[in-house]
Amino acid sequence: MRLALDLFTILCVSAGGVFFLAATIGMLRFPDTLTRLHALTKADNLGLGLVVLGLLPRMEGVAEALKLVGIWLLALLAAATVAQLVARAALRETAGQPGGPPR
Amino acid sequence: MTALWLLDLCLVAVILAVALSAVAARDLFAATVFFVAYGLLIALAWVRLDAVDVALAEAAIGAGLTGVLLLGVTARVHMEARTPGPGRGMRLAIGAGCAAVSVALAAAVLSLPVPAPSLVPAVEAAIPATGLGNPVTAVLLAFRGYDTLLETLVLLLALLGVWSLAPDRLWGGRPGLRHRARPEGTLAWLGRLLPPIGLLVGVYVFWIGSDQPGGAFQAGTILAAVWLLAIMAGLSDAPPVRSLALRLVLVAGPVVFLGIGTAGLFVAGAFLGYPPAAAKTLIVTVEAALTLSIAATLALLVAGAPERAP
Repeated sequence: MRLALDLFTILCVSAGGVFFLAATIGMLRFPDTLTRLHALTKADNLGLGLVVLGLLPRMEGVAEALKLVGIWLLALLAAATVAQLVARAALRETAGQPGGPPR
Repeated sequence: MTALWLLDLCLVAVILAVALSAVAARDLFAATVFFVAYGLLIALAWVRLDAVDVALAEAAIGAGLTGVLLLGVTARVHMEARTPGPGRGMRLAIGAGCAAVSVALAAAVLSLPVPAPSLVPAVEAAIPATGLGNPVTAVLLAFRGYDTLLETLVLLLALLGVWSLAPDRLWGGRPGLRHRARPEGTLAWLGRLLPPIGLLVGVYVFWIGSDQPGGAFQAGTILAAVWLLAIMAGLSDAPPVRSLALRLVLVAGPVVFLGIGTAGLFVAGAFLGYPPAAAKTLIVTVEAALTLSIAATLALLVAGAPERAP
């Protein structure tokens, strides 16, 4: 049981790490703001989510585990909102330019 | 242990790299972003040193609040005409001055005796008299009460300094511009969703501060952020700085602290002393008043000088 839980933690946290890595590469390599935002949200949603999931069995009690999940939910909320606001600002900036949305 | 040692090494390397990038960045905005990242990494370093109180304060005030203030400065500096930067000679002089300070600090740190002189045993011996479980709060509010009292007064003075930038005709008016957000928009939605959670966390961080990491400064920053969010989402407006209620909240912390401290002269035999039987109650009372005042002061520091006539 102990071994299975350890394996679960290692798998989930590693998978989370992969998403963080992919998101970082996307941030650096993608051509414009909207695609970069798309990459960034993967780190917050899946990356942090998988890390939290992997750490859950290592928590001492239900309250501790709920705190971790709460942190993830707050990060999700902040990431989603900021992504919306940045995307709106980016759209406004490129409006009317070639390749941008209509003004 | 080797893995943790490697982690620390990586952390130190990244902190140095980010600090250098912040100093070397040509663009003000980039420098500010690096500065915020630097603050968050320093907070991680404090966690690694088991100084969670300092880590919380650094993340909230060092990275968060200072970052917002610097972003405001960046926006303002960009709006105004560019003045030419310092010349080569001046830059060399500034660099030499900074290097001298760094060398002196490094020399001071390296010449500390080993083991370093410590007041930890004295604090541990005296802590039961305060009734607190968090030694940091005991030091800040009881053993070194002077420092904390003066810090809160400095914050208040800083706010007065910001307010005094207002032209005469706007004196007493509301700081900053009225923020408007679309009523069904994302920001307005977040402004309605997050404040209850933020209030809960702020009050929790204040309350837990007497026994675990937390306290007035960290809680005050969280509450300030909640208030600023409501203002930015257009759900509430910054109060006019002539408002009596606002001014009472601003001075509540220092006044309560000074009042209880002065009463200590007669009851406990020393300024800022507490009678042991009531120490914890008095300290929590001071912390509560400080939390309110710090929250209001920090939020108004970000809001800036009055820009709308009363």
